[in-house]
Amino acid sequence: MSTDDKLSGSMLARFKSTMDQPNDSTEKTLLVAIIMCLACSIVVAGAAVMLRPIQESNAALDRKRNIVQVAGLLAENGDVEAAFENVASRMVNLETGKFSTDIDGSTYDQYAASRNPDMSIALDKSEDIAGIGRRALYSEVYLIGGADDFEQIVLPIHGLGLWSTLYGFVSLSSDLTTISGLKFYAHAETPGLGGEVDNPVWQGKWDGKLAFDDTGEVQIEVVKGVVDPKSSQAIYQVDGLAGATLTSRGVSQLLRFWLDEQGFGTFLQNLKQGEAS
Amino acid sequence: MDAETKKVVYDPLVDNNPITLQILGICSALAVTTTLAASLLMCLALTVVVACSNASISMIRQHVPSSIRIIVQMTIIASLVIVVDQLLKAFAYDIAKTLSVFVGLIITNCIVLGRAEAFAMKNPPMISMFDGLGNGLGYSLVLIIVGTVRELFGSGTLLGYTILPSVNDGGWYYTNGLMLLPPSAFFIIGLMIWGIRSWKAAQVEQPDFEIQKKHHSEVV
Repeated sequence: MSTDDKLSGSMLARFKSTMDQPNDSTEKTLLVAIIMCLACSIVVAGAAVMLRPIQESNAALDRKRNIVQVAGLLAENGDVEAAFENVASRMVNLETGKFSTDIDGSTYDQYAASRNPDMSIALDKSEDIAGIGRRALYSEVYLIGGADDFEQIVLPIHGLGLWSTLYGFVSLSSDLTTISGLKFYAHAETPGLGGEVDNPVWQGKWDGKLAFDDTGEVQIEVVKGVVDPKSSQAIYQVDGLAGATLTSRGVSQLLRFWLDEQGFGTFLQNLKQGEAS
Repeated sequence: MDAETKKVVYDPLVDNNPITLQILGICSALAVTTTLAASLLMCLALTVVVACSNASISMIRQHVPSSIRIIVQMTIIASLVIVVDQLLKAFAYDIAKTLSVFVGLIITNCIVLGRAEAFAMKNPPMISMFDGLGNGLGYSLVLIIVGTVRELFGSGTLLGYTILPSVNDGGWYYTNGLMLLPPSAFFIIGLMIWGIRSWKAAQVEQPDFEIQKKHHSEVV
């Protein structure tokens, strides 16, 4: 018998004698605790590691689905992957307002970056109308229908509503002024009130509204109550959500933030003049 | 199934329901019942956790030192909850997103720890599993009723299919906003408890103390 066998034999004997002790002896209590911890951590770690690839592909698919939905590319029960083939994603440096290849988009998470001091800037209280605190230096944008002559551009947006941060996408037509879609994919607003941001009827009201006026100022807003169609501002206004004044204001503010200089404003200007590359 | 198993499984449905009689697990019953689909998934998750935790705790019950028994039970329950949460995120991503933290909070659901301590520590694995299954079904029964009422009157739909076309979508039904808020579940569960206790008077509890009639002699 080798020394290893002897050692493991004596350890097994020790284990058995400890397990035979009364339940409340110190040694057995420790042993049971250690075995429990080991067994449970193996189960938990095993589940997490084995399921991670499926979960990640779910999250990626969910993001793609939201992008093609806001661009109106997804037919009912349509195939997300097929619809996404029309979409080219590019990184944008929000400071210079130009496309950037410094960062790999496939591994970039804008919301993780906005918590990282090296990858984001702190916003001044007066500038921070969306209530987000910090803004990432880079953002991913999605060009629909080819990178050079795109039909729509989808921009990720987020900002504070009443209870929660709303995360979503806004899609602009190729004139970079007309909104062609708005959708939020994560929020925790009151169901039935602020939660109506998910209502497709309300989301449909954004289609065709103008984000900027002729001078390039951001004009889009969610008004309280119903838009007066006779008003000269009506083309920049969307009906408010009944009973959700603060969520509606949050949506206005976050759109104004992201479409203005602090957000994608510079980039959109450059893109319009063909100087974004 | 023999008579005893049947009793263990069916008893928690009405006669010994964890929510309406023991008033356990109320928190998640209020939080996740805005839609029927979320309620159903929560029921499935809790039933699986309580059945598996009862079975596994019962298997090792002879070796659990009494000084750390609650921690041992919690460790097993927490591990099972994490596994269930991971499975949901992998295979039911959309609904798992709406349930968010509430699956994780099954760990603190009193029903799970309550059954582990009251039943699984004293009974063999098979019957313990059935006890967990019965209590999970009792919880599910209440959640399904509450979820049905809330989704039907709150959004006019059931499982996402329109039953009462709402005004917001161009129909005639004015949705009841209260039904979408947690307090409505409180009212529905309260009414259910009232109903069940009128039907089965044995469930009515004796008051802990009685308010004495005023003694007029004490008033000068």
